[in-house]
Amino acid sequence: MPHPLVPVPTPETRPFWDAASEDRLHIPRCVTCRQAFFPPSPVCPHCTSRDIEWFDACGRATLYSFVIHQRPHPLWEADGPRSVALVRLEEGPMLVSSVVDCPQTPEAMVFDMALEATFRPFAGQPVLCFAPVGPSAAVAPNTKADA
Amino acid sequence: MITPGELAIVGAAESTTIGTVPDVSSTGLALDAAANALADAGLTAKDIDGITCGYFPIADISSQLGIYPKWADNTVVGGCSWMFQLRNAMAAIHAGYCTTVLIVYGESGKSTRGLTNSYDTGRPGSIGQQFDMPYAGGMAAAMFSLPVARYLHTYGLSEAELAAGAVSQRQWAAMNPRATLREPVTVDEVLDSPMIAWPLRRAMCCLVSDAGGALVVTSADRALDFPQPAVYVLGSGGAIEGGMLSPAGVRDPLYPEYIRTSAGAAMGAAGVTHDDVDHLMVYDAFVHNPIFGLEGLGFVDQGEGGHFIAEGHTAPGGSLPMNTNGGGMSYAHTGAYGMLCMLESIRQVRGQAAAQVDDVEIALCHGWGGFWSACSTLVFGRDRPS
Repeated sequence: MPHPLVPVPTPETRPFWDAASEDRLHIPRCVTCRQAFFPPSPVCPHCTSRDIEWFDACGRATLYSFVIHQRPHPLWEADGPRSVALVRLEEGPMLVSSVVDCPQTPEAMVFDMALEATFRPFAGQPVLCFAPVGPSAAVAPNTKADA
Repeated sequence: MITPGELAIVGAAESTTIGTVPDVSSTGLALDAAANALADAGLTAKDIDGITCGYFPIADISSQLGIYPKWADNTVVGGCSWMFQLRNAMAAIHAGYCTTVLIVYGESGKSTRGLTNSYDTGRPGSIGQQFDMPYAGGMAAAMFSLPVARYLHTYGLSEAELAAGAVSQRQWAAMNPRATLREPVTVDEVLDSPMIAWPLRRAMCCLVSDAGGALVVTSADRALDFPQPAVYVLGSGGAIEGGMLSPAGVRDPLYPEYIRTSAGAAMGAAGVTHDDVDHLMVYDAFVHNPIFGLEGLGFVDQGEGGHFIAEGHTAPGGSLPMNTNGGGMSYAHTGAYGMLCMLESIRQVRGQAAAQVDDVEIALCHGWGGFWSACSTLVFGRDRPS
């Protein structure tokens, strides 16, 4: 039996997970109002239309906020502190993810920095993460340094 | 419309023991608290014709208490579920569906004895399990707190100022024999406590406790028939925004509309202003929750909540006494703190709190649900508006 943290797709979310296995960020949008949304749903959360289509998102996103989680997570390959982040896709939706390929420190997580989607294995299931794009990391401290 | 003070809390109690209670199950804590609340109201099970009990199967709790309800509700939105259930009970009594509702809660959060969790949010295939839990499991400290770093950055609040909320609540807890943590703590000690999920350290996170609590609510027309001073419900609100396990769906995570919706409903129904509020509870699963609460409730402007707390206004002797039992960080926090939060408001209005604030006429209680996707606001009053 798989670990309870390994994502279990449903019929409504399977297109996302099937594409994730091919390193593609595939998300739904509404044919009626043209807005992308996340998480997947058979009903548009903007206009209640049931006319939904899936498309490959551009993968570009920005960092809204984050924590540096200290507790080891059983399914990631690397132990140690790991970012958990609120990331806003260029297409609009905000989602929970993790910023990878940079130091897992507050200093390396620059608010609004440009990110791009990447997929990382999670007990065999590729999971959506984001990596900094271009000159990034350690640009400026995020908070006042008096603490 | 339900008029201000139309309904009253006439019985209120915690489980006999709270904190670490390894010899009692979640159900046992709930039943113990229910019996205590009935005794507090001078009632027996046969006087109860409506029940809510959150995570538990309604029929099991009813039958174990010998209650035969003709109305029931188990709205579950997370920790403030019992606040939503109180609102629903008020509406049911107003509608004539029942007359006297028992609201029951118990959770063996620390000892995990017979933990009943119909929360269901982490089940395989749920939205939270697929899209939120891969990153931090079900770890509330890493999910609930996602907006905090951006708040610090945006409003120039330092980690030391953030820590001040844990210090002031410990000052309240020091006056409360039932509080789990009563030793004074300094900002430096909070900042020296182990890092959990930057910027949150252990002393900025709630306890994990065992506790139960229960309320009896009925028409205020009967309120003088009971042994305890009635606590009138002047107004109530509730709102939901975003997903159960993440704040990603909250449209403006720094100044969420759902808080203002809930607060506006409660204060509008009660016809009270911020200056009328003598005592405040804001559910603190983590140190930042009261900051966002103070702002969303409108006690301070956007971006001022952290500084307001750091300046001591909510500490003993301050202008707005808040979380006077010590809060989730120092008193007790089972997993769902909404019932314990309301019970401190009720004790303060009755004049029976351990750290009693002088002359509490109006008390406001605000709670959260999920990892920041629901909230409820209640305004309690000592006197029934004429």
